[in-house]
Amino acid sequence: MTLRRLPWTLILFLAAVAVPWFGSRYDTFLAEQIAIDALFAVSLNLLLGTTGLVSFGHVAYFGVGAYLCGILMKTYEVPFVLAFPAAGLGSALFALVSGYFCVRLIKLYFAMLTLAFSQIVWAICYKWNDVTGGDQGLPEIPFPNLDWMNSLPGLGDLRTSDQFYILAVAIIAVSLAILHRVVRSPFGRVLTTIRDNPERAAFIGVNVRAYQLAAFVVAGAFAGFAGALYGIFSRGVFADYVFWAKSAEVMIMAILGGMGYFWGPPVGAAALVWLNQIITDYTQYWPFVLGTILLVLLFGFPGGIVGGIDLLWTRLRSRRRA
Amino acid sequence: MAASFLFSQFMGGLTTAMFLFLIASGLSLVFGIMRVINFAHGSFYMLGAYLAWQVVQWLHPEGLGFWIAALGAALGVALLGAVVERLFFRTLYGREELYQLLFTYALVLILGDAAKFLWGVGQLSVSGPPALSGSVQLFGTTQPLYNLFIIVIGPAIAFAGWLVLNRTGVGRMVRAASMDREMLDALGSNVGTIYTGMFVVSSFLAGLSGALVTPIQSIVPGMDVLIIVQAFIVVVIGGMGSVWGTFWGSVIYGQVLSFGILIFPGFSLFSVFALMAVILIVRPWGLFGKPLR
Repeated sequence: MTLRRLPWTLILFLAAVAVPWFGSRYDTFLAEQIAIDALFAVSLNLLLGTTGLVSFGHVAYFGVGAYLCGILMKTYEVPFVLAFPAAGLGSALFALVSGYFCVRLIKLYFAMLTLAFSQIVWAICYKWNDVTGGDQGLPEIPFPNLDWMNSLPGLGDLRTSDQFYILAVAIIAVSLAILHRVVRSPFGRVLTTIRDNPERAAFIGVNVRAYQLAAFVVAGAFAGFAGALYGIFSRGVFADYVFWAKSAEVMIMAILGGMGYFWGPPVGAAALVWLNQIITDYTQYWPFVLGTILLVLLFGFPGGIVGGIDLLWTRLRSRRRA
Repeated sequence: MAASFLFSQFMGGLTTAMFLFLIASGLSLVFGIMRVINFAHGSFYMLGAYLAWQVVQWLHPEGLGFWIAALGAALGVALLGAVVERLFFRTLYGREELYQLLFTYALVLILGDAAKFLWGVGQLSVSGPPALSGSVQLFGTTQPLYNLFIIVIGPAIAFAGWLVLNRTGVGRMVRAASMDREMLDALGSNVGTIYTGMFVVSSFLAGLSGALVTPIQSIVPGMDVLIIVQAFIVVVIGGMGSVWGTFWGSVIYGQVLSFGILIFPGFSLFSVFALMAVILIVRPWGLFGKPLR
């Protein structure tokens, strides 16, 4: 099949970069939301799909990244080049500390402790008025200084928000490439082994907890990067970002796309963001629709969208061969 | 600080605690038997409140009317619980806990919007039973009779629950089902019925507590998510699946919240979450629970 030979990721990246030129301002807004959610969902899926850890508090690391980057850039006027890595590093450190306790627990308790940590982060963000702005949040986070883009050919005449979009898409593409490498690396294979059979992994000499913790830290760092981008993209960081309902939402994205596939969560993110925009035009009952989608997924299509396509594809091919 | 002030703070904490106990006991029951955190428990509680309001609107009852409304609401929610368990939950028992968690979360989303659709987004309120509308003087403080009634109801239910679970044949079956479902099944007991029964009892308790809260708090959208987080903390502190654990968990939660406000104003919310995290780290099965196999 020549279809398989095409560099799909490159085509997707170029298509995403081209949005500000060919689409409306609204299209760019949607594309940026999808791209950031895609990174967030892929980072969660490193735990959920690859390692088999059900984290119900992944939003905590997203939130830490968003607040760290926002506070550094707004309150302390730190440039983006420093604030952005700091946000990822802060999230990774917090993931290291909280994950150290979480990976000690078996499945359901793991989910509960991750939820507890995310609620602690939420309570701090919601109440610590002096630093996080409390229930008012941190509005008006500045865009990074993107003057250097003006000297690049073709980018000079774009709006600042579009220039930031290009930067975000580039960062997300690199992050996804790194995560893809991680999943396919020997390290990623060990994580999958742990998901499928932790006892057996321990028998062949794998330090299960250390590997789980490492996955937790990597996932936390990239969730932090996604959060940092999201805070700048939506021009503010609010305590709602850290509430547990957001953890459930990103989990729904991963499952909607298909947890068993690297590209599942991005597909789920795209589908959910797009659906949300369409449906909220017609009705205010978006949660009802989301709940119904979830029911259909759980009872009808546990493999998600990519899983469904994969199944269809395999069937078509086997029919052709016969 | 005057003793009467501390006493009234203590009583406030105790009322909160006993309300939470009514709600959390159902959550803990379902966890103990089915090993599932039922996020929809808060939604059942909210539906209980709305249904109580609805029954009062329909019947315009006098005198005993509040009790009829509360019972009707609890039964209505119990019926919903039976439908949910028989039609959906049942098919998820063999699946991973992720799917069970997300199923109950789907219910939260759907029921929350259904309540908004049916009853709107405004505040609704129900007047309490006339017999309990007065108040009494206790140690120089004024305590509403209704709050005292709630404080009595909590331990009564805890004791009744403990009695049924530990001293009756039905309770023995329930405990057996929570320990080894397959073995009980193989011995010829109808485990499916026990599961449905427990889910219905849990839903009944959620609906009842939702109805009983209406004289004190107004009914608003969002009360489902607010309460489930609190009930969740309570069962984590006390130990999931343990009646007395949930009881003491509620008492600790109520007092930490009530006195935490005095010591760290603004951070009492943080103190309960931190307490929960510490307990999960040190004793993940809670103060009174038993470790999972």
